[in-house]
Amino acid sequence: MTTHTTALKTPAPASAGAGTGAPAGRPPRRGRSVSPRGHSGWTPWLYLLPALVLLAGLLVYPIYQLGLISFLEYTQAQVSGGEPTTFQGFGNYATLFNDSQFWQVLLATVLFAAACVVSTLFVGCALAVLLTRIRALPRLALMMAALGAWATPAITGSTVWVFLFDPDFGPVNKVLGLGDFSWTYGRYSAFALVLLEVLWCSFPFVMVTVYAGIRAIPTEVLEAASLDGASQWRIWRTIMAPMLKPILIVVTIQSIIWDFKVFTQIYVMTNGGGIAGQNLVLNVYAYQKAFASSQYSLGSAIGVVMLVILLAVTLVYLRLVRRQGEEL
Amino acid sequence: MSATTDSAARGGTRGVRTLLRVKRPGRLAAEAAALLIAVAVAFPLYWMVLSAFKPAGEIQSTDPRPWTLAPSLDSFRRVFEQQDFGRYFLNSLLVAGTVVIASALIAFLAATAVTRFRFKFRTTLLIMFLVAQMVPVEALTIPLFFLMRDFGQLNTLGSLILPHLAFSLPFAIWMLRGFVKAVPEALEEAAYIDGASRTRFLWQILFPLVFPGLVATSVFSFITTWNDFLFAKSFIISDTSQSTLPMALLVFFKPDENDWGGIMAASTVMTIPVLVFFVLVQRRLVSGLGGAVKD
Repeated sequence: MTTHTTALKTPAPASAGAGTGAPAGRPPRRGRSVSPRGHSGWTPWLYLLPALVLLAGLLVYPIYQLGLISFLEYTQAQVSGGEPTTFQGFGNYATLFNDSQFWQVLLATVLFAAACVVSTLFVGCALAVLLTRIRALPRLALMMAALGAWATPAITGSTVWVFLFDPDFGPVNKVLGLGDFSWTYGRYSAFALVLLEVLWCSFPFVMVTVYAGIRAIPTEVLEAASLDGASQWRIWRTIMAPMLKPILIVVTIQSIIWDFKVFTQIYVMTNGGGIAGQNLVLNVYAYQKAFASSQYSLGSAIGVVMLVILLAVTLVYLRLVRRQGEEL
Repeated sequence: MSATTDSAARGGTRGVRTLLRVKRPGRLAAEAAALLIAVAVAFPLYWMVLSAFKPAGEIQSTDPRPWTLAPSLDSFRRVFEQQDFGRYFLNSLLVAGTVVIASALIAFLAATAVTRFRFKFRTTLLIMFLVAQMVPVEALTIPLFFLMRDFGQLNTLGSLILPHLAFSLPFAIWMLRGFVKAVPEALEEAAYIDGASRTRFLWQILFPLVFPGLVATSVFSFITTWNDFLFAKSFIISDTSQSTLPMALLVFFKPDENDWGGIMAASTVMTIPVLVFFVLVQRRLVSGLGGAVKD
């Protein structure tokens, strides 16, 4: 990482710098990339063009539209009835914020995502450490099992977990002696079941990434520490955790973003949000509002709320990355 | 003199040896735990495949057994006889394949632009790519639905390909950056001195070197596209010949009695391509993640 960072901090090649109006007083360096730079000002944009066009059309424009719809009256009458759309101002947001169900769903989403993130990180890190302490064969076994769970599509993972915990035919209730206890009936047991599935399919990413990070730590450092009699916990806390910090930040933020947006698992496992919507999270809630009850503007307003929350998370992330002095 | 160093060295090795001896039971316990966890993690997949092969009577049994003595293909037969299942499968493959290839090429170009060139707004763009990854794609279903409707793309595979292509790009670009950066600049200089054009360098030198990274990246676009459920459910509304696999899976969920054999068989069929893809690229994936994260 250090090599990359230092390489980045050296001044930009003079030839490219000239195109972007770098200070003229600086002596021209022998650029690290000598190249026919006559038309280099255009080339990067040419390379970026397809990506930018796609992102503008299918990401930026829809975000704008999402914001727009959230300020309009937009229901089935406007979509297919040809009725004119009317500007509502913050009317949709007022409706939303006065709806106690919205706050309940928001709270459930935050708590559920937090539980998912904490358990995923804990299990992922613990197993990554475990992987470094065992021989190749058991390591391969655990790695393969984890990759299998990772690769499983969310929808098939959800169906299999529902089946495993099925009150009539599932093996879990049988083994635990729970009889015909229905996991999806109660609010908390349903959330717990979804949590287990999410944990199952998302800890491998954390485990594999953190494991790769641990392997990158020089073994001499760890050996020296253990020869000096440092305990496992101490080695983890004072050597590994600081060295792994950049990786831990990445996996934490990724987990927050993924778990905050869980859709398929909730939708499939609790059959669209549970009994009387008890297991709704924001994403499913927005979908149900828009496509099940045709209140597109309310659905969009929920989408905007999600967008704002995740943008806040992103800003925190960027600050953390920047504080580490890492350059983009 | 030499005797003392000798004994010191011996003392040293003895120290290490005792350390290992102390560690050995610990390691055995760790390995046993790892194997147990591996079994537990693999169990849902095992149960899925097992249930797919169980005859109907054993699935609907209140005494589930972790084996079957009479494997049958009945469930698979039901799945494939279900109208157009093969078609759904091909549709899924077509959508995911197109997205993977197009996204790899486009992301490669963009990653080259942001790592090999210095230009105005470069950092801004990078931050935008990062922020774009955080956008909850699902929240955009509503505006995308209207966009697809306005362009007459509803009920076509294009309505699935285009959004997934766009949404896979930011992460792919971000991840490929590390791979492109790892190619030494001296190589670029040498190529230009030897008279290679920019295009030639790009496709004949840089592209093959970055290819392992492209493969690692493509896993992610493949998985998100293959697994997509929300867009498939929202954009393919009436023309079922354009449906993808997740919809075929839902057919077996019935209000009164779920056909678990069919669900498990369809799930197995849907999971296998992803597993194959994963196993093929897993080594590159691990190193690729390390590279992307460390940069």
